[in-house]
Amino acid sequence: MKSFKSALSSPAGRAFLALVLVLAAGAIFNADHAFFKIGTQRDTLRQASVYGMLACGMTLVIVSGGIDLAVGSIVALAAVCAAKMAIHWNWPWWQVVPACLGVGALCGLVSGWVTASLRVQPFIATLSMMVLARGLAKYASGGMKVSTALPNADGSYRYVEIPALFHGIDHSIFGGNLSVVTLIFLVCVALAWLALARHRWGRYLYAIGGNEEAARLSGVPVVGAKICAYIASGLFAAVAGLCQAAQEQQGDPEAGAGYELTAIAMVVIGGTSLMGGRGGIGLTLLGVLTIGYLDKILSINAVPEAGRLVLTGIIIVAAVLTQRRGRT
Amino acid sequence: MSIPSSLVRLTGITKRFGGVTVLRDVQFEGLAGEVHVLAGENGAGKSTLIKILAGIYSDFEGTIELDERPVRPRSPTEANTLGVAVIHQELSLIGPMSVADNIFLGRTPTRGGFVQETKQREAARHELRQLGLELDVTQAVERFPIATRQMIEIAKALSQNAKVIVMDEPTSALNAPEVNTLFTLVQSLKQRGCCIIYITHKMEEIERIADRITVLRDGQWVGTAPAADLPPAKLIQWMVGRDLGEQFPRHAQHFGAERMRLENFAVYPTGFSSRAAVSDVSLSVQAGEVLGLAGLQGSGISELLWGIFGAYGAATQGRLFLENTQCRFTAPRQAIDAGVALLTNDRKATGLVLSLSIIANATLAGLRAISPGGWRSPSRERQATETLTASMRLRAASLDSEVGSLSGGNQQKVALAKWLQIQPRLFMLDEPTRGIDVAAKREIYQWVEQWTAQGIAILLISSEMPELLTLSDRIIVFHRGAITAEFARKEATPELILAAAMGQKASA
Repeated sequence: MKSFKSALSSPAGRAFLALVLVLAAGAIFNADHAFFKIGTQRDTLRQASVYGMLACGMTLVIVSGGIDLAVGSIVALAAVCAAKMAIHWNWPWWQVVPACLGVGALCGLVSGWVTASLRVQPFIATLSMMVLARGLAKYASGGMKVSTALPNADGSYRYVEIPALFHGIDHSIFGGNLSVVTLIFLVCVALAWLALARHRWGRYLYAIGGNEEAARLSGVPVVGAKICAYIASGLFAAVAGLCQAAQEQQGDPEAGAGYELTAIAMVVIGGTSLMGGRGGIGLTLLGVLTIGYLDKILSINAVPEAGRLVLTGIIIVAAVLTQRRGRT
Repeated sequence: MSIPSSLVRLTGITKRFGGVTVLRDVQFEGLAGEVHVLAGENGAGKSTLIKILAGIYSDFEGTIELDERPVRPRSPTEANTLGVAVIHQELSLIGPMSVADNIFLGRTPTRGGFVQETKQREAARHELRQLGLELDVTQAVERFPIATRQMIEIAKALSQNAKVIVMDEPTSALNAPEVNTLFTLVQSLKQRGCCIIYITHKMEEIERIADRITVLRDGQWVGTAPAADLPPAKLIQWMVGRDLGEQFPRHAQHFGAERMRLENFAVYPTGFSSRAAVSDVSLSVQAGEVLGLAGLQGSGISELLWGIFGAYGAATQGRLFLENTQCRFTAPRQAIDAGVALLTNDRKATGLVLSLSIIANATLAGLRAISPGGWRSPSRERQATETLTASMRLRAASLDSEVGSLSGGNQQKVALAKWLQIQPRLFMLDEPTRGIDVAAKREIYQWVEQWTAQGIAILLISSEMPELLTLSDRIIVFHRGAITAEFARKEATPELILAAAMGQKASA
């Protein structure tokens, strides 16, 4: 009992408990035994993956004391770009992927530059980027979904093949038990973990989020480290956009709306402090799984969307309250 | 002439912070119609006494009487209604709100919940007119110069029927004509029967406006006397006249070559467009030497260290030489790479990242050196931290503990370890023993001894006179951004240093 209590005194312990509670709820409210089917597990992880990629980048930014509201729009922009390049222009994958990532990195660079160098509050800087990137996505797509139906000159449509890149991403491996998207998400987790927990830059981000002035006076390159965090966030968002396009087999300029908020919720439920300086990728992974499973369990049990949203909202607040209580 | 009545009387005031007693059995009496200067060195307890009177600290021993009635203000608002107003160094006005709104903040005249603008404006004008001020009261306060804002704050205090007005270094941001205006105002407040409690570090001002002076030293009452009976020499003696306690002899004094030299150095903390914190500073420090910098609040010595360190970016003028090579640091990173370290005077705000571990803090400045290719090596970090803290007797559950959970003394050891890790050539220590216990203090004194023996040059700021005298090989005194005196270790006395720090030219 004592060790149980001490486990709960750490953010990781509480985040883990939240996940266990959600999983237990899934095991109990288990309509038609669906929860124990491997397909359900695979779909849960696949559906959480796109959000999870955003949460990885979001963690880097939040640890440094910032916030990135632009990631949802970058998903749309990257998805539109990917669809345009892969479907309409027939670019090979080794051109599409770097180009997409470049678009995301560029958006992040601008957000980071505006907030770190021009000292605009991160909320405002990334809010502007959120609007701007959405605008770019609509401009690039002409306001319509970029799909395999190509308009002819006479107004009719001709259909083209789904590109191999999209097939490759929207695909399951290990006998269909694991989605490639989930694999990509796990690679994102690993990269973000390496950066945050094992690289000098990650330590700088913690120091900046914990006490920016002390960090600066200790020789931490504050501006550069912050800009890199937003670039990384933009990159992860671009990866998410690519996966989104592959799964939908089109580039939807309306995609990703509100995704930034889900990503923030995942980071916060994990126990990463919105004030910066505390948290980690492991915690975010727990947060991603918690929200992912919660959503799936509610949908298995045919809870209508209205009730699902209300319940999710309540559970986020409850989780955040427990996280805060543990902190002195 | 009738005997002036006692407006405010504090008796037997004792205040502790944790185990530290900062005020012990202090008394103070302010009469109607007098300017009563409260004098003492930094840390003598002046601010604490004022905060008790202003209701900011309500857990203290002793009694406060206002108009012969015992009171115990529990909040600043309560102190205000009792007739005590404090004009702070940082003004408490709300910049974007209008003058009238500020004067009547919290007690706006309303009817049915709606502000009676016209009435409030007229009342505000009336209050200001009494101070001889004609202002557009609908303008935002932030559009007026500091001197005017101070007047507005005084008008606000008077409109609340303040009888006891505390002014804490009110002239620190004023120019000479503004000071004159303020002093005229102080005279008129005296005539209205107010008691003005005036805190200042400037001898000239004490001589100009003080009626009586109360001196505090180390949290204790030294004495109260009419200003005429307390000429500068005697006042200074009252302020420092303590036994220096146990001396900590510095033995090894092996000075090497010149380590750092400043030539006509000036620092502009808020950019070149505003006033320099220090200007025209020329000094040098040798390897193995401790150069003490002395100065009271507003002397600019902390800013000088920040300027040397590149913490104000490019906002410095003049020349800086490290071992005869001219340098120009526009970011702390550059200074650190050149072997310059700065222990700031506020470890919580500017020294440490409290949410991070001891290891993370101790390796923050030198992380690049022990992270090959950018990849951190947790084992090397732990080893480096252990090497540094082993001799420091750092008390912590583990090196992974958050620094915020440590005591002040142990936090300071972590901050020192961070700088030792870069193996500094010049170590600037700004109040290295502030807020730490006696044992840790002695340890730090010993380390200073060791560091100089290793040839590190040290610039030391300490507001504790015994500490400064004990550790320094040489002391340079600053007053309002300029050097006023320099003493060798043997010549330096508390009286001479304080006189120079208060702007008196050395007569010897």
